[in-house]
Amino acid sequence: MARYPTAFAASAALLLSLALASPAIAAPKVHVVVMDKLKFGPVPAGLHVGDTIRWVNKDLFRHTATARDGSFNVDLQPGASGTTKLTKAGMIAFFCRYHPGMTGKLAVAK
Amino acid sequence: MIKAFAWAGAAALLAAGAVTSQAADINDAQIAHIAYTAGNIDIAAAKQALAKSKNPKVREFAQEMVRDHEAVNQKALALVKKLGVTPEDNATSKSLSDAAAAEHKKLAAMSGAAFDKAYAANEVAYHKTVNGALDSTLIPGAHNAELKSLLQTGRTLFGEHQMHAEHLASALK
Ligand SMILES: [Cu+2]
Repeated sequence: MARYPTAFAASAALLLSLALASPAIAAPKVHVVVMDKLKFGPVPAGLHVGDTIRWVNKDLFRHTATARDGSFNVDLQPGASGTTKLTKAGMIAFFCRYHPGMTGKLAVAK
Repeated sequence: MIKAFAWAGAAALLAAGAVTSQAADINDAQIAHIAYTAGNIDIAAAKQALAKSKNPKVREFAQEMVRDHEAVNQKALALVKKLGVTPEDNATSKSLSDAAAAEHKKLAAMSGAAFDKAYAANEVAYHKTVNGALDSTLIPGAHNAELKSLLQTGRTLFGEHQMHAEHLASALK
């Protein structure tokens, strides 16, 4: 009879500790980078391995977001968007394969 | 050298336009016609390359030229319609078209790697010529703000294409 409240209290305590711990784990985030007027928009700060970049092509032209190191590539028609995942830490340079003057860099932390 | 020469007549005419046109002798209807013609010339050259070349890099570049210039020209058509402007043929457009026709004929007689190299070299020279015209004459000469803004987009695009054409040309060496 007395066991149920105890078990309940224990699981509640567990849930609470998980809830408190989660900010420290830092759940993966989705960051947006816009492509428009033959340029990449500002790259967000605070990128971490496991995060996702959502590339949004608002331009009149088809573009790619291609990592120089080959770690990601997305090819987007005008008005389309697509996502790539950050798989490694470091400074990752990217460009558009069609418009070589379109470049940017992602600073990715562990 | 030969490639640059093909566009020399058109370039000279465009430069002459820059000297004499203090807003007066080139109007928006003519500027729209020149810009639209410049896009169409590059689309036609790209279609010739797609019909002749088997090189994947050349083909990808040509597909990009068709895609991007069609997008801009569609915008240009919508804009002139909205503004109620009828693009007006003029000496500069004619000079560009004549030079393009000569280049098209020359490339038609070539094939294989020789064609690919000549196409890439011509794309570099052509984009340079048009960029010069946009900077010296067309953008400063445009009166309508929307037309000016579209020409500026075209200028950024032609700059990117020139750079891409230079990469292509050096990859084919
Ligand atoms: Cu691009």
